[in-house]
Amino acid sequence: MRTIRVLSVLVIIATLLPLAGCAGGGGSKTLKIGVIAPMTGDVKTFGESTRNGVQMAVEEWNANGGLLGKQIEIVLGDDKNDAAEATAAATKLIQQDKVKFIVGSVASKCSIPISDVANKNKVVMISPTSTNPKVTVADGVLKPFVFRACFIDPPQGAAMAKFATENLGIKTAAVFYDNGNDYVKGLAEFFKASFEARGGKVTVYEAYAQTDTDFTALLTKVMAEPPDMLYIPDYYNMVNLVNQQARAAGFKGILAGGDGWDSSDLDFQAADGGYFTNHYAADDPRAEVQNWVARYKAKYGTVPDALATLGYDAANLLLNAIKTANSEDPVKVKDALAATAGFPTVSGTISFDENHNPINKDVVILQVKEGKFVHVATLKPE
Amino acid sequence: MTYVLQQLLNGIQLGFVYALIALGYTMVYGIVRLINFAHGDVFMVGAFVGYFTLRALARVTLAGASWLNGILLFLLAMLAAMAACTLLNVTIERIAYKPLRNAPRIAALITAIGVSLFLEYFSSLKFVFGPNYITFPSPLPAQTWEVAGLRISAIQVLIAVVATLLLLGLNYIIRYTKIGKAMRATAFDRDAARLMGINVDLTISFTFGLGAALAGAGGVLYVSAYPRVHTFMGIIPGLKAFTAAVMGGIGSLPGAFVGALIMGVAEVTAKSLYSTMADGVAFLILILVLLVKPSGIFGRAEVEKV
Amino acid sequence: MKWKVPSWGLLVILLAAGAVLQLAIHLEVINAYWALVVTYMCIAVISSLGLGIIYGFSGQFALGHAAFMGLGAYTAALITRYMGVAPWTFAIALVGGALLAGGVAWLVGLPILRLRSDYLGIATLGFGIIVRVLFENSDKVIPVTAGARGMTGIEQPDFVFLWAFLLLLGAIIVARNLRFSSPGRALLSIREDETAANLMGVDVVRYKTIAFVLGCSYAGLAGGLYAHTFLFLHPSNFDFIKSFDPLLIVVLGGLGSITGTVVAGTAWVAVLEGLRLVLPGEVLEWRYVIYPVLLIAMMLTRPQGLFGTSEAAILRPREAEAPAAPALATEVTADGTHP
Repeated sequence: MRTIRVLSVLVIIATLLPLAGCAGGGGSKTLKIGVIAPMTGDVKTFGESTRNGVQMAVEEWNANGGLLGKQIEIVLGDDKNDAAEATAAATKLIQQDKVKFIVGSVASKCSIPISDVANKNKVVMISPTSTNPKVTVADGVLKPFVFRACFIDPPQGAAMAKFATENLGIKTAAVFYDNGNDYVKGLAEFFKASFEARGGKVTVYEAYAQTDTDFTALLTKVMAEPPDMLYIPDYYNMVNLVNQQARAAGFKGILAGGDGWDSSDLDFQAADGGYFTNHYAADDPRAEVQNWVARYKAKYGTVPDALATLGYDAANLLLNAIKTANSEDPVKVKDALAATAGFPTVSGTISFDENHNPINKDVVILQVKEGKFVHVATLKPE
Repeated sequence: MTYVLQQLLNGIQLGFVYALIALGYTMVYGIVRLINFAHGDVFMVGAFVGYFTLRALARVTLAGASWLNGILLFLLAMLAAMAACTLLNVTIERIAYKPLRNAPRIAALITAIGVSLFLEYFSSLKFVFGPNYITFPSPLPAQTWEVAGLRISAIQVLIAVVATLLLLGLNYIIRYTKIGKAMRATAFDRDAARLMGINVDLTISFTFGLGAALAGAGGVLYVSAYPRVHTFMGIIPGLKAFTAAVMGGIGSLPGAFVGALIMGVAEVTAKSLYSTMADGVAFLILILVLLVKPSGIFGRAEVEKV
Repeated sequence: MKWKVPSWGLLVILLAAGAVLQLAIHLEVINAYWALVVTYMCIAVISSLGLGIIYGFSGQFALGHAAFMGLGAYTAALITRYMGVAPWTFAIALVGGALLAGGVAWLVGLPILRLRSDYLGIATLGFGIIVRVLFENSDKVIPVTAGARGMTGIEQPDFVFLWAFLLLLGAIIVARNLRFSSPGRALLSIREDETAANLMGVDVVRYKTIAFVLGCSYAGLAGGLYAHTFLFLHPSNFDFIKSFDPLLIVVLGGLGSITGTVVAGTAWVAVLEGLRLVLPGEVLEWRYVIYPVLLIAMMLTRPQGLFGTSEAAILRPREAEAPAAPALATEVTADGTHP
């Protein structure tokens, strides 16, 4: 019984321990920016890229004298790519750390609960990469404090369909998409509709789950009637899996995808000869792009991926809005952010539409060729 | 018909890899009655060790012909993975399971979950394996052959050959060597084995090591076919392999093999019919098998001792 | 079964404490983060008590608890989505979630509970995965769940913490009464030796089913609270990995000990959230490295769990109430056997 009593006391102390962390906070000499990202768990790599991108933006602003006469401080929260953890992280950042601005998170399943917490507490939030429409709009009602930095409207799918039929003379295509990702699904749907409208035939249109690694079953289905093109508009890690297995299964046609391919970790060998749509080309001479790539490489030793780039852009959009509003008042900042027009970012020039999504611009078509991305065409949205 | 056979081939490819993991599960279970949930993560470590070995040997040439060179390098990577996993699993057994051998069985299961979480989260730190999705370099050229209308890839041949050799080797060790006999005796009755002069601790360590070696080889084979190396990659294959072992009758080696093939074929079939429901179908089959044969296909009906 | 409340005095004090805490949350003396943490503690404990009834009391090794929590969560969320979150509709939603989880448990339990030990564990785990896959594809039948993209639009009722706290007290009282009643003793006898229990005339199938259905209803109830605390449901939140959480809590607290489950469930949430607060940003990624190390260390030092099979004095029956009960589960049997 004695040990039990001692242990109970220990447990109670352990329970009360976090309460000790309660103290602190108070009047700040710094401007706090909350960053919520998966710092643990299966997509930790995306979390780190996002954090690095935001960090670069903040360091640049601080080097230029900070913002509103203050240095900017990052308060990091971990969502473990889990919706409940995301809610806890957002609530903690807002309530304990008194953060008024949040950049985050990566996956929509985390950004949706965060956006609800942020909007309810009148905290400005901008998600760098979450594409689910419900992040900014719930049941047809806009969440006024919530924004996103990535493109959602998927003209990329239509652009690829146009390029495939007109420039490459493709007649048949197979499409794979992630059932749980609105962005991938959207691209796939737009591609299919547009491709069929242009007289093409979609031979196989199949969904998979994010945890899938074995695509041999789907590829065998595709190879029953080999198409000219295989369209996989997902992120590079998934694309690498599919591309290599497609080649191993004897697929000789053209591989194609969306901006998720834009990564130095793309399997260039398997994807060789493939085409993808993107917002910009890394060999784009624009100063924003070249500076960004060079600085990121100098600091982290790798070419920035899409997540780092969008994290950087999201932070810059937010910090610029705070500067424009000339105030730390979230209400003024969200108005300034909503009024953003023609703001140059690495991933394109951004203006927000009425649902707080960036309005899409030109689509660039790149080809994977001998270990590099080569600019092939630029298409205007229709 | 060709289509069905082609899908069957895909299922067998997956099943062979599951078999290598499932055998480790089933051997460990047979000898210490522990569901070693960390086994899938040992498999993940194997894939990483294979990857790092291949990267380190990237400029080494062992043979003139490129495909032979590829196979030799691949075998070296696999051996390195097997050795590393053996060492890792024996260490895990000593630290986390051995002290609990006389504790309630559930205690060791909980530490196994703890070890599993630790391996996943610790190895995703930057100074260990890092969190990135890494593409495993294909050991063989993307070569396919047409045999009677069936398309067979180089990877499939590699998996079938290597896995079969490993399984034959395992069969030999368990049936015809002294340590194999000790393993069977310990699994049958640990106390009696001890009385007969068998070093039970050593035998148990050996079993963990042997299971891990197969998992390590399985890891390298798995990422050769499905080339994405990642610190959380072991969870799902580990779970499916374990399920296969249970379906075959846990503790039974042929059961694990047959169960793994059924699992692989079931998963691929389900995927080809309705891709997003595949996992559900695979586990539905498991439950149905268990309802018909409550101790699995090859499992002996357990008579609980009164 | 005679319904007893262990101590009316203590109950009144606890009720008052809960009301005061809710008032403090309402007046924002305690901020929303701490409100979330304490509410989550209640939810985790309710769900774990459910597994405690299934595994701790009757020894059925079930690994599908998260799926039943998910069934309750989705059901309750759908009910309030169409009926609103007035107190009475919220109550209907919670009851509905618990009933659905219990009903599914009954249907699944009929065939599946014949399996023993680890075979039962893996079959329930498989069931959990099937349920997750169904959640992922549920938007084809009920579009509002949005399938693999996650269900939004759940409104928060007033005083969620108080609801969770009161239901927790109720859950403890029910579990405690079950534990020291005649059916409870039947369950314990099944845990200790199913064959012997059968020979002694215990209707093994019936009691196993009762424990499973009741335990899964607890999970469903906890799920309903979960849905209205976190306001967003995603199939991955009810994945098989999540079924390990209540298992850890039940084993850490001590199998079959209600006191242990309550303490361990509270401490489990406190440790995970505590690490979030204590660790600075640069080492935040160590959170889930430290947690398993604590888990392993805990299990190695106290394999029988914090409380073993013992209960706090307040939950034990008084002499007159049930004279034979405590002797049944001795330390030796509870340590040496496995379900």
